[in-house]
Amino acid sequence: MTNRRPWYATVLMYTALAAFLLFLGFPLLWLLSASFKSTGELNSLAVNLIPAEWDFTNYTSALERQNLLPAAGNSLLVSIATMIITVLLSMPMAYALARLKGRLRAAGTVWILTSQVFPTILIIIPLFLVLRSINLNDTLFGLILVYVTFTLPFTLWMLQGYVAAIPAELEEAGEMDGASRITILRTIILPLLAPGLVATAMFTFVSAWNEFFLALVLLQSPELYTLPIALRSFLGAEGQTQLGPLAAGAILATIPSLIIFGILQKKLTGGMLAGAVKG
Amino acid sequence: MTSTATKNDTKNRTSTTAPNKKHVGHRTRAQRREAIALVVPALLPIIIFSVIPLVSGVALGFTNATLKRNAEIEFIGFGNFVELLGDHRFWGSFGIGIVWAGAVALLTLVCAMGLALLLNSDLRLKGLTRVLALIPWAMPPVVIAIVWRMIYNPNSGPLNGALEAVGIPGVNWLGDFSTALPAVIVVGVWAGIPQTTVLLLAGMQSISAEQHEAAAVDGAGAVRRFWHITLPALRPVIIAVTALDFIWQFNSFGLIYVLTEGGPGGRTMIPPLFTYLEAFRNREIGYASAMGDVLVIAILLILSFYLINQFRQTKGARS
Repeated sequence: MTNRRPWYATVLMYTALAAFLLFLGFPLLWLLSASFKSTGELNSLAVNLIPAEWDFTNYTSALERQNLLPAAGNSLLVSIATMIITVLLSMPMAYALARLKGRLRAAGTVWILTSQVFPTILIIIPLFLVLRSINLNDTLFGLILVYVTFTLPFTLWMLQGYVAAIPAELEEAGEMDGASRITILRTIILPLLAPGLVATAMFTFVSAWNEFFLALVLLQSPELYTLPIALRSFLGAEGQTQLGPLAAGAILATIPSLIIFGILQKKLTGGMLAGAVKG
Repeated sequence: MTSTATKNDTKNRTSTTAPNKKHVGHRTRAQRREAIALVVPALLPIIIFSVIPLVSGVALGFTNATLKRNAEIEFIGFGNFVELLGDHRFWGSFGIGIVWAGAVALLTLVCAMGLALLLNSDLRLKGLTRVLALIPWAMPPVVIAIVWRMIYNPNSGPLNGALEAVGIPGVNWLGDFSTALPAVIVVGVWAGIPQTTVLLLAGMQSISAEQHEAAAVDGAGAVRRFWHITLPALRPVIIAVTALDFIWQFNSFGLIYVLTEGGPGGRTMIPPLFTYLEAFRNREIGYASAMGDVLVIAILLILSFYLINQFRQTKGARS
């Protein structure tokens, strides 16, 4: 039906698409090219995306001199721990939210929605006091606990959407055969939920990996810095002279999230929509 | 409801130890116990690290608490709020927050709608655009801020480089009083486009093609079809996405903190940043919590509008 579009409309549409491509893509290409440029070239106003001379030392310098490697280790530890704990905790509750009817479900849904919209800044002040009183501020363990709490609402939201998509008749069939609730959960629900669990786990990992604000407040010791905090401190300390290693570090920090998002893309949006429509 | 009833019947039949006198009471109790067992593991950390801090955060707003260790905390009633009423810097920050969140939410919606329409049509290059459009979504906010600091850099950024090439003097985008807020808003839109586009696109793909074809047969042009079919069908998605986007942006922190740290001269000092500095730099956590309380009230007002709208819609759909 769109074949009857006049030629000028097609031209207009391609112009718009090109504008979007430029707006969305140029900053990414610029970052990539900056990570291969020499300091001299980086400090000039020349707009060239292909470096005049390729400089690969930015990457080694970012990893070695700027301490990004230990920071990446901290980020990895925190993200993986957050992922595992969050998924383990949210599995049973997501099941309860999706299957049980009535007030509990309503209360859960309202809480999930509210927690998405409350300003983190109001929670972080007392949370800082709580963690300080049990000596968990400025520790990675404290940060993991906080991340688990902050990612739980969305994780629950996503997972309960996946559970709701599994027909309840399957469970009833299992019950007819005399299987206990635990057996049903393990042998019927879990395998069907696996793709949803993987998607949720990956999402949790990315949220923890990318997080900045909570880590900024809770971590004071430089040796505990996660990658976003390390990158930011590097920006403050070095100003514009170290743009090359900074760009290299920024790219390295993005790669894990990017890979996961590539795998996750369709599932994530599907999960979000399932939650939005059926919730 | 019937399905849960049969579930528990079979359950009671298998568990022979259950006394059958109070059948109904036992059934609901068993169901409740099961629900508790499922919910408690997730509920505990939520209560300790989310509900209690939230409640005490609200309460801290009524005290003179500071970040000093072992300092005595006194309830001072509405003292902080009275002081806040006359705090021009806070209300200035509040206004900036509204402008920032409103502009980002609306511009993101407009851009994402355009992009989603293009991606939903029969153009080439769609795959490339789709991939490019998703990357900002995966990027850590700190990295987004770093990228755009490079773009806006007055001495080596490509934006000023391009301007200079055509003979226009460069601008200190993030450092100039008049350009800082718009420059930051552009970054917010850039970062917000992917998610909104994906959600709108999913909404568009659920509109049946027959509707469009029927309208096309009746002689409706693309613009009229967009206006009379696509837009009404997308209404719930648009309202939900924009309201949530507004709230998220109003609460956002990392992007602007790394881009400008609220500067120049407080021109990009959105409320979360202002509150953060009050709490952790000035160490006045009582006063900062009072600011947080005001922000919560503002957000709850917005949320209630949104929820009322949602309820009205589901009611309308059911009747």
